This record gives sequence, structure tokens and C-alpha cells, in this order.
Amino acid sequence: MNRDSNAYTFLFATVMVLIVASALAFTATSLKDLQASNVRKEKMQNILATIGIKTDREMAETLYNKFIVEELSLVTGGSVDSDIDAFELELNKEIKKPVSEQRFPLYVANVEGVKSYVVPLRGAGLWNAIWGYIALEEDKNTIKGAVFDHVGETAGLGAEITQQWFQNRFVGEKIFDTAGKLVGINVSKTNNDPKDLDKNDHEVDAISGATITGDGVTEMITERLQHYVPYLKTTAMTLALNYN
Amino acid sequence: MEEKKANPVEEATILFVNKEKEPLFSKKNRKLLSDPMDDNNPITVQVLGICSALAITVQLKPALVMSVSVMVVMAASNVIISLLRNLIPNRIRIIVQLVVVASMVILVDQVLRAYAYDVSKELSIFIGLIITNCIVMGRLEAFALGHGVWKSFLDGIGNAAGYGFILIVVAFFRELLGSGKLLGFQVVPDALYEMGYENNGLMLLSPMALITVGILIWIQRARNRSLIEKN
Repeated sequence: MNRDSNAYTFLFATVMVLIVASALAFTATSLKDLQASNVRKEKMQNILATIGIKTDREMAETLYNKFIVEELSLVTGGSVDSDIDAFELELNKEIKKPVSEQRFPLYVANVEGVKSYVVPLRGAGLWNAIWGYIALEEDKNTIKGAVFDHVGETAGLGAEITQQWFQNRFVGEKIFDTAGKLVGINVSKTNNDPKDLDKNDHEVDAISGATITGDGVTEMITERLQHYVPYLKTTAMTLALNYN
Repeated sequence: MEEKKANPVEEATILFVNKEKEPLFSKKNRKLLSDPMDDNNPITVQVLGICSALAITVQLKPALVMSVSVMVVMAASNVIISLLRNLIPNRIRIIVQLVVVASMVILVDQVLRAYAYDVSKELSIFIGLIITNCIVMGRLEAFALGHGVWKSFLDGIGNAAGYGFILIVVAFFRELLGSGKLLGFQVVPDALYEMGYENNGLMLLSPMALITVGILIWIQRARNRSLIEKN
């Protein structure tokens, strides 16, 4: 057959597309379960990391079931919608809905009698989405731990938010001010506290060269946490405002 | 042009005969591997793949991972295109090349996500960048379409190595001078920082990648005068 004829060109294109499409579709569907399970376990791993439990992906499920005692999906007013499985909520979809229709997942952990509250976060960095988890101590004010991740922030700059040293800066910071008003945590370029020794200033030191990613983190924390305030306050909250 | 007219069966026989005469690593074939490292380097001489050389050389680790992935994709797609070279209709050859590269990349990505999740997280957007890497398409068009399978395989490995070599050198200096680290481990001693040494933040931004590549081209041409253009 003449390789330059139209008929041959069309035939070749059709056959090629059919082969490639079926190969890709077959791979994608046959690997789907494995991939989903990886994502699920990573989520558990991240939630556990915020409450100070470091684990590999294999152990994540067992430890998660052991330490996370409640998965709540909250409504704006602070009450719990028990029809929805909080773990299955996808924040990227929720965040696009009007606030009144959103459900806010909250994970309650209980490690040897000490409770902590893990709030999932999602927002925008410089190039793409950023997300994370932030755990509050039993006083619902002090940060116990934070984990951040991103799709495509600049390596060496914005992408450093995934590093342990940056996430450690949040530990011990308070999200409410002395009057009980939510202020969140500001990733600040001007806090004059590069070692983050002052844990009552609601500020952590920013990463040089990653201003927009840092602002994204600040924005994401306040935006997400504000929806949890009614719940945090209604559940017999004794705001530990023991600033000293 | 002659090749195109040849019957695929004849072509295959000729190829087979050629292969018997020529040892696997003949001088010519070794040149396919060594040429892209210096005289015909895809980045410093052909100035291809600059976009990714700027984007992923902030740290050494992504540069290494990218080099290995490009090598896998280039070798595999060169082989596939070389196998199909007598079947591909001339008028849609670029589309065919693109489809082959894109599906290779997607396959690799899917498999990594299922079996090597951490590696796939490390690669994230870079894996998509491989498709747009001019070197891959360039070698398919310039080499694999007109050469046998084994030669195309060597050419893919050689060019990816030449590309990766530059990537790693650039990333080495950018991470060292920009963050004082290599592969994420601090190498600049604390004592030096206490004496007032500061990391150069500019090294982390893309303009310095371009300047570093420029310096490499300068060094290469100073050593290898045959590369200097006459005019």
C-alpha cells in the first residue's frame, strides 16, 4: 500500500489511536484501586503526622484506626452532619460550593487519653493548589502539629513548605487571641523572630523567595479555621488563654 | 529517501546483515553515546531542552530523577519509532511521534503512582514536562525515523545522558550556592554562616540557571575550539 496515500494515512491514524487508547484505558483502570489506596493511606499518614505519630504507609491504616476516634463532618453552624463520611469528603470539591452547602471534615484523635483536633486545609499557592492538615491541642487553641503539601510550587522556594523545619515553626503557636477571636497564623516576613521563639505572636517566619506561597498558607489557615470556630466554641470550650 | 521505497522485508534483512557485520559497540555506535556528551550536547550545543533545564535545576534530586526519567522515555520512544519507521505515514509523522511519547509518559506515570508512590510524588509535574522536552521529539525526528533499532536505542541513551549531565552540573551549583545543601543535606558548615556567609538566593531563581548554562557553554567552547562559529 502506498504510504503517502490518504487511505493509508487514515488507516494508520485510526489503528494507532485504537491501540493507544485501549492500552492506556486498560492500564488506568487496572491500576486504579492500587492508586486510590496509596492516596488514602497517605492521607491517614498526614493526619497522623500532625498529632506527632510518624509512620510508614503500610502501618498508617492500623494506627489511624487506633488513634482517630471520631470523623465528623460539620455544618457551618457548628453542628454535625452524621449522614456524610468525613474521610471521603474531597476538599477540592467542597471548597467550590457556597459556604452553607459545604461540609467541614474534622478528625478527633485520642492518644492515651489526650484529645486533639485535626483540621484539613486547602488553598492556593503561587502556581497551583496547596493543602495540609493542622492539629489543635485539647485546648483547641494551641497548634500541635502541621503538615503541608502542594502540587507544583517552585522547588527550593515555595516547595519548602513540605519540609519538616518549616512545619515545626507552627508547633505551639495559638490561633485565637486573648479576646477569643480567631486570628490564625501569619506567615510573616517582618516578625523579627527568625527562630520562632515567641509562640504567642500568631506569626511564623516566612521562607525567603516564597512570599506568595507563604501568603497562601496564611490565607488557607484563616479561611479554613473560621468555619470551625462555632464548633470549637460550642463544644464546652474552655479557651485556654493562659498567655504568659 | 531510498529507505522509504524499500520493502520492509528487504529492509529488515539488510538491517540484520548489517548487525552481524558490525559489533554491538563498534566505534560508530560508541560515538552515538559519546557525541552528545560533548561535541553534540543537546543543551550546550544544540540548545534544546533549555526550558526544563531552567525549571528543575534548583535542587540536585529532582534533576537526577528527571534525567533518569528522560532517559527511560527517550530510549523507549526511540526504539518504538525506529520499529515503526517504515510504517509511519510521512504526513502525520510528528503526530505519531507525539502520541508515542505522550502515551509512554502517561504509562510510566500511572505505573509509578501504583507501585512507587513516593517517586511519583517527587516527579509530580516534571513527568508532564518530559512530553514537551524538545530533545525527545528532536531525536525521534532527526534520528529514530531513519536508523535501526539498536542505533536508535543508543542515540536515545546518549542524548539523555548528555542532557542529564548538564542538568546535574547546573543543579549541583544552584543547590550548593543557593541553599548550601546537596541532595537536601547541608554541606556548607555552620561555622561559615557564623562568619557571615550567606546563601545566594538569586541562584534559586531561573535567571541564574541560564547564566550557569551560559558559563558551561563558555567553558566547553574554550576547551573545544571546533564548536566556535566562524562568523
